[in-house]
Amino acid sequence: MKRYFKNILDSVATVLIGMKVTWRHLFTPAVTIQYPDVRLKLPERARNRLYVNMDDCIGCDQCSMACPVDCITIETIKSTPDINLGLTSVGTKKRLYVPVFDIDIAKCCYCALCVYPCPTECIKMTDVFEFSEYERQNLIYNFATMTASEVDQAKAKLVTYEQEEARKKEGHGGTRTETAGAAAPDSPRAS
Amino acid sequence: MKDVLIELLRNEPLVYTLMAFVPLLWILPFALFAVWWERKVAAHMQDRLGPMRTGGWHGWAQTIADILKLIQKEDVVPSAADRMLFTLAPFVVFIGAYAAYAALPFSAAYVGAGIHIGLFYIIAVSSLVVIGLLMAGWASNNKWSLFGAMRSAAQVVSYEIPIALSLLTVVMVVGSFDLQEITKAQSGSLLNWFVFQKFPLLFIAAIIYFVASLAEVNRTPFDIPEAESELVAGYHTEYAGMKFALFFLSEYANMFAVSMIAVIIFFGGWNSPFGDFVSGPFWGAFWVISKSLGFIFLQMWLRWTLPRLRVDQLMYVGWKVLIPFSFAIILGVGLWVMMAT
Repeated sequence: MKRYFKNILDSVATVLIGMKVTWRHLFTPAVTIQYPDVRLKLPERARNRLYVNMDDCIGCDQCSMACPVDCITIETIKSTPDINLGLTSVGTKKRLYVPVFDIDIAKCCYCALCVYPCPTECIKMTDVFEFSEYERQNLIYNFATMTASEVDQAKAKLVTYEQEEARKKEGHGGTRTETAGAAAPDSPRAS
Repeated sequence: MKDVLIELLRNEPLVYTLMAFVPLLWILPFALFAVWWERKVAAHMQDRLGPMRTGGWHGWAQTIADILKLIQKEDVVPSAADRMLFTLAPFVVFIGAYAAYAALPFSAAYVGAGIHIGLFYIIAVSSLVVIGLLMAGWASNNKWSLFGAMRSAAQVVSYEIPIALSLLTVVMVVGSFDLQEITKAQSGSLLNWFVFQKFPLLFIAAIIYFVASLAEVNRTPFDIPEAESELVAGYHTEYAGMKFALFFLSEYANMFAVSMIAVIIFFGGWNSPFGDFVSGPFWGAFWVISKSLGFIFLQMWLRWTLPRLRVDQLMYVGWKVLIPFSFAIILGVGLWVMMAT
C-alpha cells in the first residue's frame, strides 16, 4: 500500500521534472542552421570543386599524372619561337598552348593530389560544393580557353615551323627526317 | 444567438442548419493552426526550428500547403479492404468528434444545443469515436491497423470511466448536467473556478480528468493505438488523401473538445478570470478558446516530455490508479456537499 502511493507520488514528481526540462528547451535557441540562407564557414583546407586558372597553366601535365582516377585530360601544342605566350603569375614562361583541359568532376575523388604538384599553383580546390547537374555530361568541365580556329592556327603554324626546321637540318647535312609531317606533338600523357 | 437568428431570418430549420456549421467554422482553422503549432512546439522543444519556409513568416502556411497536397492525393482503397466500412469509418470518427460540439457553450450567448443533460450527452456521444476507429482498423484488413484499433478500443473504453467519474464530482456540486449552468456556477473570479473549490478534491479530479482525456484522444503518453514506431500509424495506416486528413481533423477536433470540457467543468468556461472586468458574449468566446488552447499546449508539452506507456502500464494507470482515486473523490465530494446542505 505504501509502495502504491509512493509510486504515484514518484510518477507525478518525475513527470513534473520532465516537463521542466522540456520547458527549458522550448526557449533554448535552436541549433538548426537554415542551410541555403545561412552557411557554415568551410574549413580552411576543405576540398570541393576544382578550378583551373588557365592564364597560369603551362600545360606541364603533372596534375593529370598525379590524378589517381584519371579525371584530368590535357592536350598541348608546342608554340613556335616567334610567339610569346607570356608569363604566368609566378614568372614561369609559357611554352605550350593548352587546347584541351577537361576535368571530369564526376570521377573526381577530391584527393587534391593534383593540386600539390602544380608548379604555378593554377589548379586548386575552391569552396564551391553545390554543382549537381541533370546531365552527367555537364559535369565534365572544359577549362581550355582556345577557340577551334585558334587551335587549327597553332597546329598549322607548328607543322610549317617543323617542316622548315627539318629542311634546315637537311640543308646542314643532318640525318633526322622523322619529324616531318607530324601534325601536332603528342602530349606527354598520350605518348 | 439562436433566438436572434430566428428573429432575423424567420426560418427555424435554416437557423438550426446554420447553427450546426458554426463549430466547423472554428474547428477547420483551428486544426490548420494547431498542426502548425504542434510542429513548432515539437521543434522548439527539441531545439529545432520546425517549418520555416512556406509562406514566409515561420512557415505559417505549411499546413495549408499540406492540406492542398492531401486534397490532390489519389484516394486509395486497398483491394482487400471492406470498401464500404473503409469509406465510412473516417466520417463516423469525425461525426463522433463533431457531435460533442453541439453541447459545448462557446460563450454565454452561443451553445449549439442548450440541452439540460449536456455533459451526459457529450460523454455518450464521444464514445461513438471508438466505433469509427474499430471500423477503420477492421475494414483496412491489415493486422497492424487492427491491432491499433483494438488497442484504441480497449484504451478508450477503460479511460471513459475515470473521465465520467471525475466529471461527476462537479455535477454533484452544481446539481446539473447543463454545461451553461455549470459555467454560471463558476462566475465571479478565478477563485470560483471548480479547480480551486473544495480544495484539493476537485483539483485532483481535474488532474484525473486531464490524464484520462489524454488517453481518450490517443495523445502521448497514451498514444499506443497509433504508436508510430511499432504500428506505423495504427488504425489509419491504410488511409490516404482526404480520408486520412479527416482522421487528422477529428483528432484535433477531439483534442479541442476534451480541452474545452476541462475548461468548462473545472476552469470557469467562458468566465473571465477577472470577474466582470472583461466579460461579455464575445469576451466569453475569447476566454473559453484561449483557455482551451492553453490545455492543448499542455497536451503538446506532455507529448514531447513523456515516452509512450506499455499496454499493461496503461491499464494499470487506468484501472488501479485513476478509477480508485476518482471513486474516493466522488465519495469525498459527496460527503462535503451533503454536510454543507
